[in-house]
Amino acid sequence: MYALIALGSLALIFGIILGYAAVKYRVESSPIVEQVDAILPQTQCGQCGYPGCRPYAEAIANGDEINKCPPGGDATVKKLADLMGVDAKPLAGGEEAEPIKTVAYIREDECIGCTKCIQACPVDAIVGATRQMHTVIDDECTGCDLCVEPCPVDCIDMLPVEQTKQTWKWQLNAISVTQID
Amino acid sequence: MKLTMASSPHNHSQKSVSTLMITVMCACIPGILTQAYFFGFGVLIQLIIALVTATLVEAVILKLRNKPILSTLNDGSAWLTAVLLAISIPPLAPWWITVIGIVFAIGMVKQLYGGLGFNIFNPAMGAYVLLLISFPVQMTSWIPVEQLLGAPIALTDQFSLIFTHTNSAGLTLDNVRTSIDGTTMATPLDAVKTAVSQSFTVSEAMKGAQFSDYAGIGWQWVNVAYLLGGIYLIKTKVINWHIPVSLIATLAICSAIGYIVSPGTQAGSMFHLFSGATMLGAFFIATDPVSACTTNKGRLIFGAAIGLLIYLIRHFGGYPDAVAFAVLLMNMAVPLIEHYTQPRTYGHGAKK
Amino acid sequence: MDTLLEQIELGTLWQFPGGIHPPQQKTLSNDKPIARLALPSKLVLPLKQHIGANGQLIVNKGQHVLKGQALTQPSGNWSLPIHAPTSGEITDIAPMPSAHPSALPELSIILTPDGKDTWTELTPVTSIEQLSHQALIDLIHNAGIAGMGGAGFPTYIKADSQRPVEFLIVNGVECEPYITADDMLMREHAEQIVQGIEIMQHLLTPTITLIGIEDNKPEAVDALQNASKHNPNIIVRAIPTIYPSGGEKQLIKVLTSQEVPSGGIPADIGVLVQNVGTLFAVSEAVFKGKPLIERVVTVTGSTITDARNVWALIGTEIKHLLDSQGFEPVEAQRVVMGGPMMGFTLPTVRIPVVKTTNCILAPDNSELAHAGEEKACIRCSACADVCPQTLLPQQLQWFAKGKEYDKLESYNLFDCIECGACSYVCPSEIPLVQYYRVAKAEIREQKIEQINAERAKVRFEARKARLEQEQEERKNRHSRTSSRPAKPAAEKAKVADALSRVTQKQGEKSAVQAAIERAKAKKMADGSVQPDNSEMMQEREKRKEQARQYKAQKQHDDTPNDSKSAVAAAIARAKAKKAAKLSDDQAIADLDTTKPCASETPSPDETKADPRKAAVAAAIARAKAKKAAKPSDGNVPEEVSETAKTHSDTDPRKAAVAAAIERAKAKKAAKLAQEQGSDEAPHVNNPESGSKPELDTADPVNTEADADPRKAAVAAAIARAKAKKAAKLAQEQGSDEAPIANNAESGSKPELDTADSVNTEADADPRKAAVAAAIARAKAKKAAKLAQEQGSDEAPIANNAESGSKPELDTADPVTTEADADPRKAAVAAAIARAKAKKAAKLAQEQGHDEAPLANNAESGSKPELDTGDPVSTEADVDPRKAAVAAAIARAKAKKAAKLAQEQGSDEAPLANNAESVSKPELDTGDPVSTEANVDPRKAAVAAAIARAKAKKKRKEQEGNDPS
Repeated sequence: MYALIALGSLALIFGIILGYAAVKYRVESSPIVEQVDAILPQTQCGQCGYPGCRPYAEAIANGDEINKCPPGGDATVKKLADLMGVDAKPLAGGEEAEPIKTVAYIREDECIGCTKCIQACPVDAIVGATRQMHTVIDDECTGCDLCVEPCPVDCIDMLPVEQTKQTWKWQLNAISVTQID
Repeated sequence: MKLTMASSPHNHSQKSVSTLMITVMCACIPGILTQAYFFGFGVLIQLIIALVTATLVEAVILKLRNKPILSTLNDGSAWLTAVLLAISIPPLAPWWITVIGIVFAIGMVKQLYGGLGFNIFNPAMGAYVLLLISFPVQMTSWIPVEQLLGAPIALTDQFSLIFTHTNSAGLTLDNVRTSIDGTTMATPLDAVKTAVSQSFTVSEAMKGAQFSDYAGIGWQWVNVAYLLGGIYLIKTKVINWHIPVSLIATLAICSAIGYIVSPGTQAGSMFHLFSGATMLGAFFIATDPVSACTTNKGRLIFGAAIGLLIYLIRHFGGYPDAVAFAVLLMNMAVPLIEHYTQPRTYGHGAKK
Repeated sequence: MDTLLEQIELGTLWQFPGGIHPPQQKTLSNDKPIARLALPSKLVLPLKQHIGANGQLIVNKGQHVLKGQALTQPSGNWSLPIHAPTSGEITDIAPMPSAHPSALPELSIILTPDGKDTWTELTPVTSIEQLSHQALIDLIHNAGIAGMGGAGFPTYIKADSQRPVEFLIVNGVECEPYITADDMLMREHAEQIVQGIEIMQHLLTPTITLIGIEDNKPEAVDALQNASKHNPNIIVRAIPTIYPSGGEKQLIKVLTSQEVPSGGIPADIGVLVQNVGTLFAVSEAVFKGKPLIERVVTVTGSTITDARNVWALIGTEIKHLLDSQGFEPVEAQRVVMGGPMMGFTLPTVRIPVVKTTNCILAPDNSELAHAGEEKACIRCSACADVCPQTLLPQQLQWFAKGKEYDKLESYNLFDCIECGACSYVCPSEIPLVQYYRVAKAEIREQKIEQINAERAKVRFEARKARLEQEQEERKNRHSRTSSRPAKPAAEKAKVADALSRVTQKQGEKSAVQAAIERAKAKKMADGSVQPDNSEMMQEREKRKEQARQYKAQKQHDDTPNDSKSAVAAAIARAKAKKAAKLSDDQAIADLDTTKPCASETPSPDETKADPRKAAVAAAIARAKAKKAAKPSDGNVPEEVSETAKTHSDTDPRKAAVAAAIERAKAKKAAKLAQEQGSDEAPHVNNPESGSKPELDTADPVNTEADADPRKAAVAAAIARAKAKKAAKLAQEQGSDEAPIANNAESGSKPELDTADSVNTEADADPRKAAVAAAIARAKAKKAAKLAQEQGSDEAPIANNAESGSKPELDTADPVTTEADADPRKAAVAAAIARAKAKKAAKLAQEQGHDEAPLANNAESGSKPELDTGDPVSTEADVDPRKAAVAAAIARAKAKKAAKLAQEQGSDEAPLANNAESVSKPELDTGDPVSTEANVDPRKAAVAAAIARAKAKKKRKEQEGNDPS
């Protein structure tokens, strides 16, 4: 009898402590989808097979593979692996581990102004109008490639982002300067 | 004209890893000589065995790991490990004790963790503990100082004892050790411990032949020699003062308190400081940069904790000396200590 | 306890942790007075030599300038002007290797001295009391003075500090080994430096001024003490020689015991630090009127026979400096700009002295040995012991190697001042600083990427929301029509009647249904619920391959490209790109600032109408249009019109601007419409389409005044487009035809290529022929395709119609560009004829099924008269051209009509679209009238447009009334 009472009260006390702890120290973590979405590079390129980064984030949260994001490269896969608690694996489809960052560039004298790329651009980074030359706002371009295919005249190139002094990363060995003398 | 590109700074102090290691080895010399003076040339023989083995083992493993052999051997870290282990084991221990110890120290404790800079334990002490646990008899068979031996053991006898277990007369090490007065000459630490466990007081125990004023005959001078070497290291800025000072201070304070509380069962500070491997441990073992703390605050904690552990193990533990155990235990705590002892960076929470 | 101030006055010094004592090597260069160099044969002046934006060019190539004349003018944030260091002619303005570790090219002015060294008119000030605070700041600003200690922070900003300054600290420490520039300057020009200090005191009114000088420069200490005797507020302090005590943060600590908060600036704790060189420049600028055109540079090192300090004009090439001091290079020579601890090696000696260059060090290999091989870290923490910032370098390098960036940040990587002390003492010779720099750059980039990703996300979401809304509204309209309130019996009967008719018709309906399905399918595709990526993936593969090749090529190729054509194309592209970028900047800037002003529009000083300028103009116009579309700025169009007014000098320009205005207005209208709750969530593009034609005409005028290659490119584009379309069609049609099409394509490609390469060459004949051939081929293909398609089903017809109309559209373009090419004209004529025939056929088909085409007809019927307006609006002088344009327009309209018809079959949504696109023109027309009332043809066009718009509106109203 005493044993029962003792056990019962113990259980009660611990229960209260646990309950209090749960309330007091609750971890305010954003839902997993948010976290995954924050890791994805937001190019909205659809290379993962989903229409945008958010849907892919949802898919990952529901158990899809984490290696379907070529723009993110290995770094993204690694972070996703950490977050999801699974093993990092190489990118699907033998993509390069370190993707070359590109922006779309429209060869403007070849552009016929069909607006197809404007409709394709997921981030509204192309400006122009019907029968007008279009142009890409490179700051907004995510390099997703989606505008290249629709172009009827193939006047969109994906150009590697040019290096500036601000983006230079101290690759001392790779400085190529033509020696004048 | 083709110009060479380099990253700043373009200047470099002349200190290199190998000069550091060589300086430490040089600082060991007074200690080694004192040891040889009191305990015979066995220590030099062990030293040679250890150096040769270490060189071979390091080279083989580097070869297996496809690393540059010569340049890595040149850094001298393997030799330093060899020196430290050789002076830690009894001078007349069988040769295979040294060889096993070195193979373990270099092969397992150092190279298996990734080589110099990556090992979390002090290689020499790791090997020492392995040997102590595996071969307790051989590892505790310290011969008494030469004055206490009836006749000094001849160099050739020392050779044959080390390599064949028997001297020219066919006597084993145990026979040699007990030949005088028919009693086994234990190390001072051992003697005190045994005496206390047999309900003698420490002062009674210290009346033994192997004791002098403060600590064991010979032992105290060996410790003094290492202390001098250590001071030289601090002077040349090879090691920082934090670890030795906090270690010695802690050990001294603890033993002093113990002595005051229970003078019968506890030896005094001087005994603790100048017995066993205290000074060697404080200046040469605990300061091994790779496995010690790197923050100044951390070093103080690290040293103090080792001092405390030495005292505790010596007094309450099963082993007479405790430097190796204490250092290894604290090696494990290094990352934790470092995490909590980051110095305040300039401009962060600046004090007014 | 004394107060801080009392302690300082007592002469207390503090200590910073760590520090090292590298060999000084100062005696190499500090035993000789500062020499003056011979005038170099050329000066290279980068526009940007400081932190902040570069100034705007105000000189042109070929212009003669005088010594001290401003070459750029400050514009916007933190920009500083540069000045001509001597008189001479500007021989070029081009990107040149910059004084930066990367040596990446930077736009520079190349000045060839005339040897006369004639000063421009200087306006020295005798007393600073007579100047207002702002005038003095402006004076310093316009003299182009930037911090000369190293970072190059604009001095005028520091001097204009809004926060109270308690301590003004003068940095004469010069703790780097070898460098003696400040030392010698202090010895020789102490008076001017004190004058400079007094100017700063006047501006900032600090409680006390502390001059910090290392105690290894006793002469400099004496000189400054003597010069500042009269001013009790200036205290000269000799501080212990220890590197890096000259670091701003360290010096503040030593002199005042205060610490600059992490990520903060000295002003946060009431401290301001100025370099002695800067103060000298300030005094020169104020009391002598001289802008910053020269500075003291230490040329030293064992390979220099006459190591000393020299007065070097800004822009002097390092080569000149080295040569004039006797340079004897050794094997694997390094030339360092700056000191041995923090300087950077130069990849070439053709790099100019800039405002922050204090030393050129050319050591031999024994005094500064090359870095040895990096060994493993033994955690000796020698680095932590010397770190003046109390960081843990050994931990940092560990994390840097492991790319653990968040760890790096939590270990305060960004507090690292890159002084190099850790690398200096490291026994393992680990290039720690290099690791930190790389990691810092990487982290910075990641942060930027994060921000970009966030922005992309927002934009994506916004777009999605917009598309959804559009769809929703379309659906709503649909349901509204179907769920109309119950009708009287009579009507019901009618409905029933209709229904029965419908059932009767069911048999014939298949075509209609097909149309509906098609429309739906199309909508699906447009709505992009689930993109079908398979094709895209292939494409992407290809492009990736190209990108990789590009990368590979870039990595190991220092020799110029093989084919001229490629180079030409690349240049053209680069220019276009830059133009686009400009417009971006512009747009962004505009959005950022609350009141964008006309001054931000491109400067009117470029008078030559080169293609590039036109492109820029167009791009800007585009950007503006975009901006106008943003919700917040109802007033933007007015601003735009302002810009139009300000730039009324160049004709082509005007046209472009006008067009831009129109577009902007159209956008606004679209927005308004949206907001007003009517159902036409417009396509971004649709509204614009109304306003385009005028822009169209403007563009060709701008861009193709002279450019033959351009024309060719257009032609090539057309040909390519055709080829592509053909290929696609073939693919869609499935199995057996595909290969053929492919073949055809591959067959046609080579010529296209040739056309391309021909573009760049100047003579037109072979090219024209090639183009003509390409066109012909494409047409043939199309014809074949058509035949195929008509056999199977109607679906492709829409396509057809489109493809039918496209080519001519395209051809119209070349016509506008090449008014002289006879064969061309013929082709066009043929094309037109064909297109018409096709249209007729299609119409006939459609009429068989339902009434929709009627509406269509009606519209196409109404069009022609409208059309006539348009051609007028385009150039009135070129006959053949006009005709072609007219034809093109007609065709375009026909196409639109066809599309409408299709869509009407399924739902009414497109109507809204239509209506909207129709509603635009009238908005557009308003403006041109107001802006440019002088051009006759123009006026006519406007009038026509108005008329058209009105007609449309009326029609729209009718339509709107009808359903209800």
